[in-house]
Amino acid sequence: MTENEKKATPVQEEQKTELSRRSLFGATAAVAGAGVLASQLTDPIARTAYAAGSDAPIRIGFQVHRTGIGATYGKWYERTTNAAAKYINDLGGMGGRPVEIVAEDDGTDPKRGADVVEKFATQHKVDFVYGTLFSHVVMGSSPRAGELKIPYFVVSEGHHVASGKLNRYVFQPCITEVPSQIYAVSKWMFSNLGKKVAVIYPDYAFGYDHRDYSMEAAKKNGGTIAAQIPIPPTETSFTRYFTKIPRDTDVIYHVMVGPGVLTFVREMGEHFGSRRPEIFGFIDSLEGVDINSPGLDFLDGTYFWEAMPRYADGYPTAAEKVYRDAVGVNASGASKSDSKDVSTYSHMFGCWETMFAIREAVEQSGYRNKRDYPALIETMEGFTGFNEGIAHPQGPKVFNGKNHQCYGNQFISKVAGGKLNVVHRTSIEDGMYDSDVDYTKMSL
Amino acid sequence: MSAWIDNNFPLVFLALLDGSVTAFVLALIALGLSLVFGVMRVVNVAHGEFFMLGAVLAWACFHFTGNMPLLGFLLALIVAPVFVGGLAMLSDRLILHRIQYNPESTIVATIGLLYIIQQLVLTFFGPEARPVEAPIYFRVQFPWFGYSGYKLIVAGLSGVLLLGTWFLMVRSKLGLYMRATQQDAETARTFGVPTKSVYSKVFAIGAGLAALAGVLVVPIRQADYLMGLEPLLLSFIVVIIGGLGSLRGTLVAAFIVGISDGFISVFYEPTLAKMLATVLVAAVLVLKPTGLFGEEIR
Repeated sequence: MTENEKKATPVQEEQKTELSRRSLFGATAAVAGAGVLASQLTDPIARTAYAAGSDAPIRIGFQVHRTGIGATYGKWYERTTNAAAKYINDLGGMGGRPVEIVAEDDGTDPKRGADVVEKFATQHKVDFVYGTLFSHVVMGSSPRAGELKIPYFVVSEGHHVASGKLNRYVFQPCITEVPSQIYAVSKWMFSNLGKKVAVIYPDYAFGYDHRDYSMEAAKKNGGTIAAQIPIPPTETSFTRYFTKIPRDTDVIYHVMVGPGVLTFVREMGEHFGSRRPEIFGFIDSLEGVDINSPGLDFLDGTYFWEAMPRYADGYPTAAEKVYRDAVGVNASGASKSDSKDVSTYSHMFGCWETMFAIREAVEQSGYRNKRDYPALIETMEGFTGFNEGIAHPQGPKVFNGKNHQCYGNQFISKVAGGKLNVVHRTSIEDGMYDSDVDYTKMSL
Repeated sequence: MSAWIDNNFPLVFLALLDGSVTAFVLALIALGLSLVFGVMRVVNVAHGEFFMLGAVLAWACFHFTGNMPLLGFLLALIVAPVFVGGLAMLSDRLILHRIQYNPESTIVATIGLLYIIQQLVLTFFGPEARPVEAPIYFRVQFPWFGYSGYKLIVAGLSGVLLLGTWFLMVRSKLGLYMRATQQDAETARTFGVPTKSVYSKVFAIGAGLAALAGVLVVPIRQADYLMGLEPLLLSFIVVIIGGLGSLRGTLVAAFIVGISDGFISVFYEPTLAKMLATVLVAAVLVLKPTGLFGEEIR
């Protein structure tokens, strides 16, 4: 039956566009037709029909944070996605079919996220849902994607995919997740900056990953966590939080998101001034923010994790240059048309790479329409990694088909002379850990 | 007790400092809300949006002057209250006056206004948070920690504006009219007080004060279209605790909320401070519904 279904699908897809005809024939006619048409696939007429059907674009539902606390990321995710779609279409599309992006704003809101996934599946009738960043939105949206049985590719950094809490339809193929990032960079942090660390993190799912895994990393590397300081992502005043950092702290480890990031970093500088401990931040605290903004001078000499260096000289490969040009970013990480418009460079590459990963899965599985979801998912689960190149400019990735998560290199950069300078690149192995999560055991 | 203070002096000092800055700004924002309720008996749910508009206009002025912080700031100090006050006056004439200031209708109408302003700003200004440079930026180094000099300026300017409003209330003819209307609008009318124009002006002054607060605050944080919600909630907390319509109550409550927020945040958790403020509101509503200084509503 599976074989029949597979062969019959192109013709059925044609029928789908004519709803009245389909309802007229009814289900019986469709099933009978499938049997008959399967044998006609070798027939010249059927092949024409297949060719005509294949011209229909692959529609990708892009769940974008256009508004809400994720708006800055959303703006750059959208630019990157459109650039990737254009690039892929110039290459001839996915499996010979053009890609069409259908974008919907989710307001960076989990409830709306789930609604958007549903809208994609039932109204826009997209092939895949893609592009979600904020972890609470991923958590809110994934169950709906699983219920609707539509592949859902997230670009989120959160541990939720690899944690096994989601379902077989959710993948994070091209951006590494928080535990892996922490394991990779904390090894360097504990051995180079100090053993006693205070962790400042946003008070929701993504931040909890930082809280929990920094603890684990401290144990592994002989360090201690002197304080854990959660900050609500909508907070606007931060000075009071800094009093919770013990005086003998060696390193402040910070990661913040939301519209208050600039204020957060600035108030940290105002509070500590030159008598500061070492500071190690996740670039999230500065994504979309100009490092030369007034009040950020104190960051000089502090360190940041970057997934992909914001400044072009940080990782100067040919593929990186092609990617940087395609997404319209200059050598300092800002928009080519507006140097004040700083990109979210350490995250948005995930969109570009995920689009190529989808392309790979579509082409290798021979995906044509919804009926091929199982084949597409199994193909993706069979991937073991992605080679570095224009499709994956951030670097090579190892992919774990069982927990649906990729692993890759990380960068550590030091702020000096008003820019970020790469000082260390971790290996993929630094961020690997044992995982017994296995989504492939779930039914499709 | 004194030993405890000695040991914790830096924290106590920070709590007082940060709490006072919060209190001054809060007083300025809440004053407009309190004024509007006191005189007009209108619960203005769109008050936070006037604050947000002030911040957004400050960004626009900063941008318009070619990113010159001081010039942009001074321009915004004039443009924001005039524009936002004008908008408020227009809303009063076109909306509130037409529904005869009916309490339920005005709440619904101002909720509508809130969404209209918010969505217009989203459409034309965009969803991202945009920074505005402070007109004067310096860092004050205390023996234990540093603090933003501009925040101290904000507290000072808020104090000046509060004084100015008080002066307007007790010394000017408009202030006299406002107080008369607040006590009894009908009697005031029979004595020749033009209540209709008093209402418009009060609504404009309330909005203008919120806009000025927005201009002052925006260099500390950034301008974004959702920034009006938090000050709205805090203003309601302040106004309810202080007593709706009582300016003195608003000031006292702003300091109670601001300073206690500073202390609870520094010694416990900022989130706990917000929770306790909400509990305090509930307690006030149950035990003394008119608030600390509120008068009986006739």
